Amino acid sequence: MTSAGNLATYNFAYLDEQTKRMIRRAILKAIAIPGYQVPFASREMPMPYGWGTGGVQVTASILGPDDTLKVIDQGADDTTNAVSIRAFFQKVANVKVTTKTGEATVIQTRHRIPEEPLTEGQVLVYQVPIPEPLRFLEPRETETRKMHALEEYGLMHVKLYEDIARNGHIATTYAYPVKVGERYVMDPSPIPKFDNPKMHRSQALQLFGAGREKRIYAIPPHTEVVSLDFEDYPFEIQKFEKPCALCGAENVYLDEVVLDDKGGRMFVCSDTDHCEDRRNAGHVGELGVAQTEAAE
Amino acid sequence: MALANASLDGGFQDAVFESQAVFRGLMDAMSRPGTIQTLETPAKAPGALSAAQSAILLCLADPDTSVWLSPSLYAQDALGWISFHSGAPVTHSMSNANFAFLGLGEALPDFLGFANGTQEYPDRSTTIIIELPALTGGQALVAAGPGIENEIDMSPSGLPDNFVRRWSANHGLFPRGVDLIFTCGSTVMCLPRSTQLKQREV
Amino acid sequence: MYVAVKGGEAAISNAHRLLADRRRGDRNLPAISVEQIVAQLALSVDRIMAEASLYDKTLAALAMRQARGDMIEAIFILRAYRTTLPRFGYSNPINTGEMLVERRISATYKDLPGGQLLGPTFDYTHRLLDPDLLNDSPVEEPITAETGHEPIMRVADILAGESLIEMEEPGEEETTPGDITREPLEFPLGRDERLQALARGDEGFLLALGYSTQRGYARSHPFAGEIRIGLVDVEVDIPELGFAVSIGKVQITECQMVNQFKGSAKQPPQFTRGYGLVFGQSERKAMAMSLVDRALRASEFGEDITAPAQDEEFVISHSDNVQATGFVEHLKLPHYVDFQAELDLVRRMRAEYEATQTGTATTEHKEAAE
Repeated sequence: MTSAGNLATYNFAYLDEQTKRMIRRAILKAIAIPGYQVPFASREMPMPYGWGTGGVQVTASILGPDDTLKVIDQGADDTTNAVSIRAFFQKVANVKVTTKTGEATVIQTRHRIPEEPLTEGQVLVYQVPIPEPLRFLEPRETETRKMHALEEYGLMHVKLYEDIARNGHIATTYAYPVKVGERYVMDPSPIPKFDNPKMHRSQALQLFGAGREKRIYAIPPHTEVVSLDFEDYPFEIQKFEKPCALCGAENVYLDEVVLDDKGGRMFVCSDTDHCEDRRNAGHVGELGVAQTEAAE
Repeated sequence: MALANASLDGGFQDAVFESQAVFRGLMDAMSRPGTIQTLETPAKAPGALSAAQSAILLCLADPDTSVWLSPSLYAQDALGWISFHSGAPVTHSMSNANFAFLGLGEALPDFLGFANGTQEYPDRSTTIIIELPALTGGQALVAAGPGIENEIDMSPSGLPDNFVRRWSANHGLFPRGVDLIFTCGSTVMCLPRSTQLKQREV
Repeated sequence: MYVAVKGGEAAISNAHRLLADRRRGDRNLPAISVEQIVAQLALSVDRIMAEASLYDKTLAALAMRQARGDMIEAIFILRAYRTTLPRFGYSNPINTGEMLVERRISATYKDLPGGQLLGPTFDYTHRLLDPDLLNDSPVEEPITAETGHEPIMRVADILAGESLIEMEEPGEEETTPGDITREPLEFPLGRDERLQALARGDEGFLLALGYSTQRGYARSHPFAGEIRIGLVDVEVDIPELGFAVSIGKVQITECQMVNQFKGSAKQPPQFTRGYGLVFGQSERKAMAMSLVDRALRASEFGEDITAPAQDEEFVISHSDNVQATGFVEHLKLPHYVDFQAELDLVRRMRAEYEATQTGTATTEHKEAAE
């Protein structure tokens, strides 16, 4: 029996080398078959399933001493789960961290893609809760696997078209399915569909990790990623009526902030780093304060 | 005794960081087909396995994966090295191999003889690591597909004349098929099954 | 490297500090020791070991204390530790026939070789609160007897002697069991993988499913052929020695459920088995597991699959409480990006709806419906 005072120390980046090798093999297969969900023997992690264990395992398997890591949740570096995951990698891998999108070599994300376009050599790691885009149409893995094998995606189109028939438009606003490399229908994780176009021909490598569901998939750089739609109902992204209240940015994804109990609200950038950058560059929104004044 | 020593040397000096560095090189190469990456590693198996092949083996293979060796690579000291440093079982069955290593100058076997995966599980396929005389200077080829912005020129030396036709057949099986890693010394170039290849038109 | 973040780090660290305070509770009371937990809350420790798939009482007790007595949290902590442990090798299958039995009962025979041994059971206790336990009243020493050297025969072997129960032989070709902690699940599973998943499955989930089979959702006419609890040797082959060596003993609970089976085109009428095996003393779990195991063998016996307990993908995909609790509880993580997207959609649809109600509907809907 192990004595409790004699707990083993953990490896660099927490995972043991054999586990990393297994995940690395899965990542290479995922890159070779874009959009295909590679099964992998996901491990228990020291944070709960559903809280980013897939993303954490992928990040832990690729991260090295030369990397600079950024972690975001809902677009922000300071949300509690992002803070927690970043702290985890600082502790177990002693890796450099940043909040600047441009400085990061590896970005782990939940629910957003940064506004600043990613560049060659960057890796974006998504945390994925349900990797199977067909899961809510067909709960059985045995069946959905067959559909992917046969490239039989009619059900998905029927579902989207039913939305149109009932509501006049497609009622899927996040985790909006895409087709990768003209072959696999893929779940982009619960990013708002606003972010879908950023996946298309991105210069960065995009890796997706689903820990609880034990799947890894990938989009190599410069790969076709098309959001599913219909000729008469083309895919369109959310539009916001106002720019960011703090930095005045347009064409970015905004969070709604409730200001009081009388219906007062403002809209601000969900990507906190982007907003900060803009404010530092002198942009001021309707409710924002110029950075020079704020500093005084 | 000399045999045993040869098997003990040539592993990773620092398995954690060297395998990470080798993997990142491979990941870059696999996600950007046709580009040449250098794997910085002191790993080198005794015998004909090149530095890059040795590093890839140590980086990816372990007791959970089987390795197939072409005739010129299949030698006692190499077997001892693989067993000691990776624990990967060496198989004689090409169709069961996770990784297949092909020595310099050996004829390229039929891809269909390796594991090609199934339509349900296309990932259950062999990755073939092929040592070439050079990663440039051969037939002028043009590659396109995921990982490639528009097109990329590549010209690995030492490929058979009918390579483009054979590769197209493999690509045609997508999502099934094999993935190739060309190596030369400590450099690598990847050709995943998703890549389309044609001759550069003169 | 320093990173400026806004409050999140401080909030987390303060929350953890408060957690540590609440865990310790009243400082005037002595802290509960891990040894006390191992000794006096042994069945909690057993459950943690069983569902974490790690046999280590001290660490299980530590996890329980760390988790403030929250069983699933403790199971999770121990699992996350287990997964980082290197593997030195695989033991030989344990032989429950050679068990040093502390409890052994059969509901199918009044008396049988080896006898009925009640052991340390709650059965037949009256569930009346015991005021004596409020104090540290002296407890009598138990009555013990010398064990015989003969192993106690298994009830299933009695039936097997008459060929009245299905034979269980390892298959010819595949005798190496799978390992669900090293390979991703692929449905349909083999029974080996299914049993592994059930052995670490949530006790409450399996209890409810087992219960459902008794209430007619895949009724299987079960009899508790035998339940035995005791110590078994764990043996490992040492290649250098050329024989197996015992590396220690573990306590386990084994349940063999015997189920009536009318026979099919392929098989004669006979009894079939449902099997349960759990670390420690955990009869409820072992019995529930054997009911569910039998239910999941439906297709093997050509039975119709009509009930949840027979549905392998459903049962196994949802039996792991570490996975389940993580995903249920992840709903408390921020979702405001996707919520914003939904908010926008609902507002739009609401506006369109109200426009229709006031008779100024656009023709968009009609066209779409056609």
